[in-house]
Amino acid sequence: MEKMPKWADVILTPLISLLLAAAISALVILAIGESPWLALKTMIEGSLGSSYGWGFTLYYTTNFIFTGLAVMVAYHASLFNIGGEGQAAMGGLGVALVLLYLPLPHWLIALPVAMIGAAAFGAAWAFIPAWLQAKRGSHIVITTIMFNFIAAAALNYVLVNVLRPVGSMDPASARFPESTHLPSLSDMALAFGMEWGKNTPVNVTFFVAIGACLLVWLLIWRTRLGYEIRAFGKSEPGALYAGISPVRITIIAMLISGGLAGLMAINNVMGEAERLVLNAVEGAGFIGIAVALMGRNHPLGVFLAALLFGFLYQGGGELALWTSIPRELIVVIQALVILFTGALDNMVRMPLERLFLSMRKRGGA
Amino acid sequence: MSAQAQQSGGRSGTAAPAAIELRGISKAFGPVQANKNINLRVEKGTIHGIIGENGAGKSTLMSILYGFYKPDSGEILVNGLPLTITDSQTAIKAGIGMVFQHFKLVQNFTVLENIILGVEDGRLLRPSLAKARGVLKQLAEEYQLNVDPDETIEELSVGHQQRVEILKALYRQADILILDEPTGVLTPAEADHLFRILEGLRAEGKTIILITHKLREIMEITDNVSVMRRGEMVASVKTAETSPEELAELMVGRKVLLNVEKTPAQPGAAILEVRDLKLVDDEGVERLRGISFDIRAGEILGIAGVSGNGQTQLLELLGGYPEKGSKVSGSVRMNGEELDLTGTRSDAAIRRARGIGHVPEDRQVEGLIMDFTAWENVAFGYHHAPEFNKGWLMDNAAIREDAEAKIKRFDVRPPNANLAARNFSGGNQQKIVVAREIERNPDLLLIGQPTRGVDIGAIEFIHKRIVELRDAGKAVLLVSVELDEILSLSDRIAVMFDGRIMGERLPGETTTGELGLLMAGITDTENTPDSAGIPPDLKHVEDLPGGQP
Repeated sequence: MEKMPKWADVILTPLISLLLAAAISALVILAIGESPWLALKTMIEGSLGSSYGWGFTLYYTTNFIFTGLAVMVAYHASLFNIGGEGQAAMGGLGVALVLLYLPLPHWLIALPVAMIGAAAFGAAWAFIPAWLQAKRGSHIVITTIMFNFIAAAALNYVLVNVLRPVGSMDPASARFPESTHLPSLSDMALAFGMEWGKNTPVNVTFFVAIGACLLVWLLIWRTRLGYEIRAFGKSEPGALYAGISPVRITIIAMLISGGLAGLMAINNVMGEAERLVLNAVEGAGFIGIAVALMGRNHPLGVFLAALLFGFLYQGGGELALWTSIPRELIVVIQALVILFTGALDNMVRMPLERLFLSMRKRGGA
Repeated sequence: MSAQAQQSGGRSGTAAPAAIELRGISKAFGPVQANKNINLRVEKGTIHGIIGENGAGKSTLMSILYGFYKPDSGEILVNGLPLTITDSQTAIKAGIGMVFQHFKLVQNFTVLENIILGVEDGRLLRPSLAKARGVLKQLAEEYQLNVDPDETIEELSVGHQQRVEILKALYRQADILILDEPTGVLTPAEADHLFRILEGLRAEGKTIILITHKLREIMEITDNVSVMRRGEMVASVKTAETSPEELAELMVGRKVLLNVEKTPAQPGAAILEVRDLKLVDDEGVERLRGISFDIRAGEILGIAGVSGNGQTQLLELLGGYPEKGSKVSGSVRMNGEELDLTGTRSDAAIRRARGIGHVPEDRQVEGLIMDFTAWENVAFGYHHAPEFNKGWLMDNAAIREDAEAKIKRFDVRPPNANLAARNFSGGNQQKIVVAREIERNPDLLLIGQPTRGVDIGAIEFIHKRIVELRDAGKAVLLVSVELDEILSLSDRIAVMFDGRIMGERLPGETTTGELGLLMAGITDTENTPDSAGIPPDLKHVEDLPGGQP
């Protein structure tokens, strides 16, 4: 017997959590002598009020979809992949190498090739912790988080010593060839004669992200592999009984997870920066954890949660730009949202369940 | 309170107030009515059995009595006085003690430390320990409850741990002792000893409530018995005036066949040939010490034994998933072909392809994914089967259809394939597993504890299916700790002890007594292929989880 209807579980609970987070954020803003109302208005107008705002919001959303899906797939195998940050960084290296060293005449060819490069590098970076977990029992949380640091250091070295063009003082790769530049959504809108989101970074990768949501849904709920991943995630002894190899599933799930995280590089490295820079991921790997948590480990939920965090990111940026609310406070607001929708989920859920139970009892009696 | 009870040695029928009287107790969990208007009278100085299927509400009722749940309505009288039991402390003060099915003991504390836990007098432990030692000695003499007070719990056999639980209750001056399924983990000899203890307690005027699903125990030891069905108390009778058949019928609500009806086996060619099978686990413990047996087509081989004597390892090994890191030697031939035992080229899926079906001992951890729906579980282990797949994707419609048909044929209730496995009762969960494995028509069925935690109605059903599979010319390896089940289902019985087969018997030519001795590791003198050459190594008896020193 379900404790409460599905819609309450999926929509009402996160909504209430979100309102609670907003209320506390408002109190914090009040406490430093600013107007919460003005802050909210600035955030909404800056991120959703214009096609310019939307252009940035959707760009961030695209990043978070990939890292959110990455966490989600691993989570279904009961693996907590905290290494999205490092895997996405490595994905960026993959993209840079492919685009700098392969002759790619058109973005339509460059995109799939770069996707392979990004996914392969991300997956390879996830493979080592996966193998250590599967064969040696090293805990994946520890190893993936350590691999984030290793990835950052490795990238630092590669950018400074290998990819940096001769004479450049900037620790970044050369610009990618013109032919590989991805069309932005504003370019695409222009092709249809529409003026939309001029000078915003959102690009065709957004559609790739939506495609990834669909494919991940198919993978997890419609394929044998997804069935095995979910079964293993729920019960390892059960998986053994059913002839599902824990080693195989651990490694495959992490390869897919790392690949998805790596794919984020299509958006930020290939689509936006058009070269590889230091710290290109900007924490999106960690946001992915919150996105997957809030999205209930379902691709649709991940999409919606990514949208919310895209809004928070862009709105937060606007807040720093137009008000005297310090940048740190925006991180506080984002942290509150993560805290309430992720960690304190049960705080809202349990009273709600009780409420629904008592309502049903009264209705049934 | 305790003084009151001690003065009365009266049996049922006296005019003295009942030790416990429940009047109109009701308790609902959400829409589920766990207890409906329960009336119960437990006379002082009697052993009162409470029997019912799983989910009949026995445990809820006892939890109310012990203060874990608050009843929605109704009243409780202890020794004739109304009492509101808000928590277990109130219950203990009123002289009620509880021995849970799963013991609540601190494993690395000594017996004495466990006994005073929570009732220490003052800040220093020494005086409490000294006092407890005295009381314990007295109790041990009075009731044959001998336990070494300075032994740590983990060193004790299960039977002795249970005695510690009883001592804990007595130390807290319990006059009314509730025992929840106390014999589930005991050997027959240990169970007998427990019953002698209970009789001794009754003779001292204590009142005992025995919750069980074993009809034999009810008939053997109780004075009165109450039967619960679907949250209601359907009958309270004197044990002497009833019969197991009547009780079973009251429990289930219809006539039940207690004994399995089957024709003599017609064994054919050997399906499974096991030779000198040995398994050393990753801690270096020898779990299987040279097992050999055959199972022929159309035959059920029952393996009896106290749990923890290698049966689990045997089933897992044959099922294709020995514990990680274990070393295996010996040979297993299935339909004449050697099975790969090294684990490198075989897993459970390959065993299934070889025609080995497996109903595992623990359906909740292995046999089912509890969060999966019933229909998803019907494909579990067979999810590569061509009929469940369409190209790259799984054919969920086909799986669902198959599941619905199985649910119908096996009378799984509620008949809802979309319900998560965890929302079915134990018996219905087991039916899902059994349906999945049996309907694949395996050449060999491995089945472990087929009816553990399963209600009587479903037991009858599952037993029938097993016998049907045998009659269809298939081989069955049955592992069970329930001797009754082994005796009524098996065509041959092998007893396992400490990783060895102590002997083989035919069900018609043996007794529970003889099997009990074998289960305790007392090697038979008759010459059987498996026990020959093994000296009667009585030292092992004491090392054993269920052994009697």
